[in-house]
Amino acid sequence: MRVFLEQLINGLTIGSFYGLIALGYSMVYGVLKLINFAHGDFFALGSYLGYTLLVFASAVLTTHLGPWTGMLAAMAVAALSLALVGVLVERAAYRPIYPAGRLPAVVSALGASIIIQNLIMIVWGPRYQAYPASAIPNLRLEVGAFGFTALQLAILGISFALMAGLYFLIQKTTWGAAVRATALDRDTAALMGINFSRVIRFIFTLGPALGALTGVMVGMYYRQISFTMGWSYGLKAFTATILGGIGNIPGAMFGGLILGVVEMLASAYVSTAWKDVFVFLILILVLIFRPTGLFGEKVAEKV
Amino acid sequence: MSAHLPVSLAAGLRRAGLPLVLALFAVYPFAAGAYFVDVGFFFGIYALLGLSLNIVLGEVGLYDLGHAGFYAIGAYTTAILNTRFGIPVLLLLPVSALAAGLFAYLVTSPVIHLRGDYLCIVTIGMGEIVRLALINNPFGLTGGPNGVYGIAAPSLGFWVLDSSREHYFLVWIVVGLAILALRRLQRSRIGRAWNCIREDEVAAQATGIDVRRHKLLAFVLGAVLAGVAGNLYAGKLMVVSPESFTFWESCLMFCIVLIGGMGSVPGVVIGAAAISLFPEIFRPFATYRMVVFGLAMILMMMFRPGGFWPRRRGGLEARDLLARLWRRHD
Amino acid sequence: MTDPAQIVLETTALSKLFGGLTAVGELDLKVLQGQIHSLIGPNGAGKTTVFNVVTGIYRPERGRVLFEGQDITGLKPHRIVERGIARTFQNIRLFSNLTCRENVMAGRHCRTHAGLAASLLATRRQAAEEKAILRDAEHRLRQVGLWDSRDELARNIAYGRQRQLEIARALATAPRLLVLDEPSSGLNPRETEDLMEFIRRIIREEHLTVLLIEHDMNVVMGISDRVTVMDGGRKIAEGLPREIYRDPVVIEAYLGAGA
Repeated sequence: MRVFLEQLINGLTIGSFYGLIALGYSMVYGVLKLINFAHGDFFALGSYLGYTLLVFASAVLTTHLGPWTGMLAAMAVAALSLALVGVLVERAAYRPIYPAGRLPAVVSALGASIIIQNLIMIVWGPRYQAYPASAIPNLRLEVGAFGFTALQLAILGISFALMAGLYFLIQKTTWGAAVRATALDRDTAALMGINFSRVIRFIFTLGPALGALTGVMVGMYYRQISFTMGWSYGLKAFTATILGGIGNIPGAMFGGLILGVVEMLASAYVSTAWKDVFVFLILILVLIFRPTGLFGEKVAEKV
Repeated sequence: MSAHLPVSLAAGLRRAGLPLVLALFAVYPFAAGAYFVDVGFFFGIYALLGLSLNIVLGEVGLYDLGHAGFYAIGAYTTAILNTRFGIPVLLLLPVSALAAGLFAYLVTSPVIHLRGDYLCIVTIGMGEIVRLALINNPFGLTGGPNGVYGIAAPSLGFWVLDSSREHYFLVWIVVGLAILALRRLQRSRIGRAWNCIREDEVAAQATGIDVRRHKLLAFVLGAVLAGVAGNLYAGKLMVVSPESFTFWESCLMFCIVLIGGMGSVPGVVIGAAAISLFPEIFRPFATYRMVVFGLAMILMMMFRPGGFWPRRRGGLEARDLLARLWRRHD
Repeated sequence: MTDPAQIVLETTALSKLFGGLTAVGELDLKVLQGQIHSLIGPNGAGKTTVFNVVTGIYRPERGRVLFEGQDITGLKPHRIVERGIARTFQNIRLFSNLTCRENVMAGRHCRTHAGLAASLLATRRQAAEEKAILRDAEHRLRQVGLWDSRDELARNIAYGRQRQLEIARALATAPRLLVLDEPSSGLNPRETEDLMEFIRRIIREEHLTVLLIEHDMNVVMGISDRVTVMDGGRKIAEGLPREIYRDPVVIEAYLGAGA
């Protein structure tokens, strides 16, 4: 039972990471029908920026203001930086390609991903880096028979708060409605007065920023980061997007959570080595039997 | 767009072109050093892989980002059957091809009806499942992360093909045969059916084409050709390991087809050249090589999205083709 | 009493539901050999849905579709084409980046047999079949007057001619029933006249039966032998064109009560 609960918490934690990253994929895919391969690398870049901040400002931040401030500062810096990077990448690498169609856009996204990933490798080196131990809060809590770290709870809390906030934003505000409308029917949305460029700017600042925040949290949680993490997290997060239903933004979050839990339970009860295979198999089965994802996408084709 | 040469000159070039290219290919391994002959070999492998994916992606328009899985099945079939049972590598060529084809049939049958993007994700998943399964060494067959080593070189009776030059010619003869076969398919009822499916699946159905069967056929044939490439690869390297069959490889193949020109055989060969020769040309810039590669991909899509050598001039430009697909799929 | 041998297409109690929406409800339809049968009704009446069920794109929830006495309910679209029903679409669906000739050649697919082996080996039989396909495509293109544009891409020819190309492609499948979804849509009056004349001509030449959806009353009145009117998924009237024209039920369906 204890193992189950611990794995459940682990699963929800990593699931919330997938979910937050998946949001970025889902928003971009919903509006542009583009698989933004570079999104995983936004996440990685955010993680590395947080790392750099913590390493170089460690004296000030963690010594004087405590590791929590350090973490929040890293998240803020990463998020703001990636919000900028996201818009720049869209402007430079994607916008000129839209008229050429979907496949060229995908290739361009792959190109952008390669560039960012290799720039990370060039700047920070090909070996693993680790978030400095001094930057990690090491408060432990005991609740009955279960032990958690304060960090874990904080991360879960922050992640869920972010997801709740995103859910509210997408479902209940006009900004969110604009994004959803554009995803459903771009031309009609434009006719209704929705400024397409603004929607683009919105999703390419919010998505990468969220990804970057998540990157810092991952860095704090697992400590080790590598320049290939964008690839691995990105692929999982994208499958979470599909699991939730393409273009279904809240669905992406739930898809991430489910994916994380399934992955952790699989690694605990099936085998760690085969957990990824298990996860992909689940995805494929879902697509065979429920092709529009678990929560359904909102597109239909009229003949 | 491109400058128009006077008709006679263009026709003359075209007639002289093919024999000239063939001559260049034949002479190259005698003029170049062993290292560069090896580069030529890998160019051939990528050409074969590109042609195999072209059937699925270029002719039928199905987004397959897991094609490295079929390549892996071919390579590992050769590796395992040769190292465990001593079966000659060359004999294993059709066996590996069939194994890959059978695998493709079994695995894509349940998902072939899925809409474009979902099929894409499933192919990514399949490719990853193959790679992960190979790493996990089920039944002790695949050697785990280190792979299988000690694969013999291909041989015809007493003639063992183990020099760079011999491998080079072997792969390019296979590529030549593949090109002949693919050209014939392009001009056949099946090739037409494939192109119709790519253009408009619903209309193809309504015109009497069995869409499901033809999609499946494309996947199986693509897998068969990729399996052939796997066998040739295994026979040359004598070692196969999961690292050679990653998602990245599938992406490379995807780019070869796209950059070369979808559905265009000469385009795919050019795309393979670009992909395999690129790292060599940019060797001096080693660290920045990949950054430049990524940049090149973006620029290519910006200025020549139809590919280096599109199938139809003024016709099947990716830009227009896909703009229509985009509208349909919204 | 209608001679059963004369019924080309028949639907019995055909129903198609989408969730809670009854797109087609209990439809009984009989189309007779050699006739031009029009299906009309206000937008959303379910006409295209009927076509989609008949041609196998949708499965009906209830009822059957019989073609030349054989039950074809639930067959896949390409099988139905093989049986002898060909269709065109409301929004023209051509193979845009293929040439006109290639579009029409596609229609011959279901009537030819060259498989993988034959194509790879380029057998004599396959070569002969390819020649026959080219000949047939030429015949069809000339029939619709598109032979001059045979090597043009389908998306580059004029709209009216695209319609004709779609019909040529359908004819290439050698159908016995031609199902046309709003063939005059987007055509000017002159083109519409040509189309009507063309339909009359091919019926005679090819011994076809035609079922069509139309909004243009000139076409309906001008060429139909029989008209079925639908509204809200159900048949509300049926008969000769001139009977339908004056039927108050029909008028009300189109114009609303109190017209």
